[in-house]
Amino acid sequence: MWLAIFSLTLLGTLLGLVLGVAAKHFHVEGDSLAAEIEALMPGSNCGQCGFAGCPRAAAAIAEGSAPVTLCPPGGKALAQALAAKLGISIDLDAISDQGPQVASVAEEICIGCCRCSKVCPTDAIVGAAKQIHNVIREACTGCGNCVDRCPTEALLLQPLPITVQHWVWPKPAVAPAALAA
Amino acid sequence: MGIFEKIFRRHPHWGVHPDDHKLPAADVPLRVLPLPERLYVPMQQHVGGPARPVVLVGQRVRKGELIAEAQGKVSAPVHAPTSGEVSAIGEITAPHPSGLAQLAITIAADGADAWCERQPVADPFVLAPEEIAQRTAAAGVVGLGGATFPAAVKFNLGRRLKVTTLIVNGGECEPYLSSDDRIMRDRAEEVVDGLRIVMYAIGAREALVGIEDNKPQAIAAMRAAAAAFGNVQVRPVPAHYPMGSDKQLIQTLTGKEVPADARAAEVGVLVHNVSTCAAVHRALRHGEALVERIVTLNGGALTRPGNVLAAIGTPVVDLLRFAGVSGRPARLVLGGPMMGIVLPHARVPIVKGASGILAFDADEARTPAAGPCIRCGSCTRACPMGLLPLEMASRIGVDDLDGATGFGLSDCIGCGCCAYVCPSHIPLVQYFSYAKGELSARERGKLRNDATRRLAEERLARLEREARDKAAAAAQRKAGRDAARAAAGAGVRPLPERVVKPASEAAT
Repeated sequence: MWLAIFSLTLLGTLLGLVLGVAAKHFHVEGDSLAAEIEALMPGSNCGQCGFAGCPRAAAAIAEGSAPVTLCPPGGKALAQALAAKLGISIDLDAISDQGPQVASVAEEICIGCCRCSKVCPTDAIVGAAKQIHNVIREACTGCGNCVDRCPTEALLLQPLPITVQHWVWPKPAVAPAALAA
Repeated sequence: MGIFEKIFRRHPHWGVHPDDHKLPAADVPLRVLPLPERLYVPMQQHVGGPARPVVLVGQRVRKGELIAEAQGKVSAPVHAPTSGEVSAIGEITAPHPSGLAQLAITIAADGADAWCERQPVADPFVLAPEEIAQRTAAAGVVGLGGATFPAAVKFNLGRRLKVTTLIVNGGECEPYLSSDDRIMRDRAEEVVDGLRIVMYAIGAREALVGIEDNKPQAIAAMRAAAAAFGNVQVRPVPAHYPMGSDKQLIQTLTGKEVPADARAAEVGVLVHNVSTCAAVHRALRHGEALVERIVTLNGGALTRPGNVLAAIGTPVVDLLRFAGVSGRPARLVLGGPMMGIVLPHARVPIVKGASGILAFDADEARTPAAGPCIRCGSCTRACPMGLLPLEMASRIGVDDLDGATGFGLSDCIGCGCCAYVCPSHIPLVQYFSYAKGELSARERGKLRNDATRRLAEERLARLEREARDKAAAAAQRKAGRDAARAAAGAGVRPLPERVVKPASEAAT
């Protein structure tokens, strides 16, 4: 009997120690899933999803209270990546995605009021007071904040033009079932 | 080649052997294309950043004059292909499968074809290797085998990685094409002199010229031209597609295999095409920029196939007219039938990398309908890179691009052997092109995302800093006011102090 008691005590102590060390060693700060989701998001905190910035939206997606399709600038590509991350399946056709968009200034009606540049989350609009503004295409996320703010409707969202450098071969039109068979 | 080598020369276990269709075009003597009225010179004819125009509309230019300068580290300048007037700078249809527009300079030829001031070098071997690279870059020389990588960038890479062997690619394994064959037959001295300059520029000790054994005249001409130089060896290689691909040619000639995701220079060799070597010769010895090239005109729809020397920017329609079109070509291809691109129409110009223009008749252009994969494994045997095309395609079919990457998609050279042998006629290469494009688009999206995120963070930091500075300035002003008041009326009870909240705190 003593041998059984001794061996079980020893086993319990050792396993407890292992668990204790593991808990200290592999300690996780906060919710790693939310952080990983945040890394996928555009990060411009434009607020179109209804949350106050990308970190909040990421937290909501991680706890399941928001759909993965909430981010308009991210579009289909982001929804797909998020669904893959969370291991859920979504209907991609249900998302209305016009592809990546950028804002542009109609120079003839811009009055140089500077309101748009103040709401741009990425400082993509340049221009001084009473000077025509312009959008730096590379920095624009197409969030549309400036479009709502412009008093003269000089700002428009337009699809990002496809150039020879960015063109991608289309997928061959063969039924995938035929290949996967 | 010794008798021993002849008997024991192993046929490669990879690749395919399509009908070469090189005759009769290859045996027709080189002709010079009459100068067209207008030349359309695209700004992007090379791998890397597009060139930037440095001329204005209405400006007169002479042949070989710089009209667009290189932009960025990997780029190439563009020169006027003839003398005349710049009539437009605008977008034209690019010689690209997408049929999208591209910036180009249009030159109305004056017919004089007068060269600008050239600066030939009598003896390039007294120049520093850096000087040769710089002159080659200034002449706009890019890889003329089809990859169009700026040659000078490769020189510098070769010197940095201490390359010992220069491999000169005279493989030209694509069916129908014979422009490299023609340049080796007609201008063997120029090719050999050019490759010796390249050897000197990269610091290579020996040069191996690999020529497929279906070009006996080219081998003989190159042997004769290289006879005086002990360190230049002409080595016939089996005629087998894709022998002209750099990795396959390196393996056949040196036995070295280029590792995945590595460059050829990392195994101590550098590959340059024979036409590129000839262009280097002209750039150094004659001071001529790359403004013309030999183009093969071939295909069932042409009545007078052959090779022509044409100015860069010549519309394809002028070339076809020169070669005589019978009926309406069913398909126009720029480059070879295996890796070339289908042109949207004939009103596109030829570029530096245009080794051939093929006009196929209906019979040659026939595309059989694709069927289901029967998993026969023919594509696996044909793949020169040892990949499993059927597995990659089935994953790409269901958009599992990461799965396809796991099967080595990034090592695919897009040679088309798999699609050529596929009994079900599955467009395998298009699957791989789609997946590669999609993956690089994702990568670009990620980079863009990171950049905008950084901008957003910087903006937040800036707003916070501004709010802090404003609060500090306000506090300072208030302290100043208080001090002034205290000095003015000693004994007067000071007003209760207003708490100034920092704006950053107020914002939250």
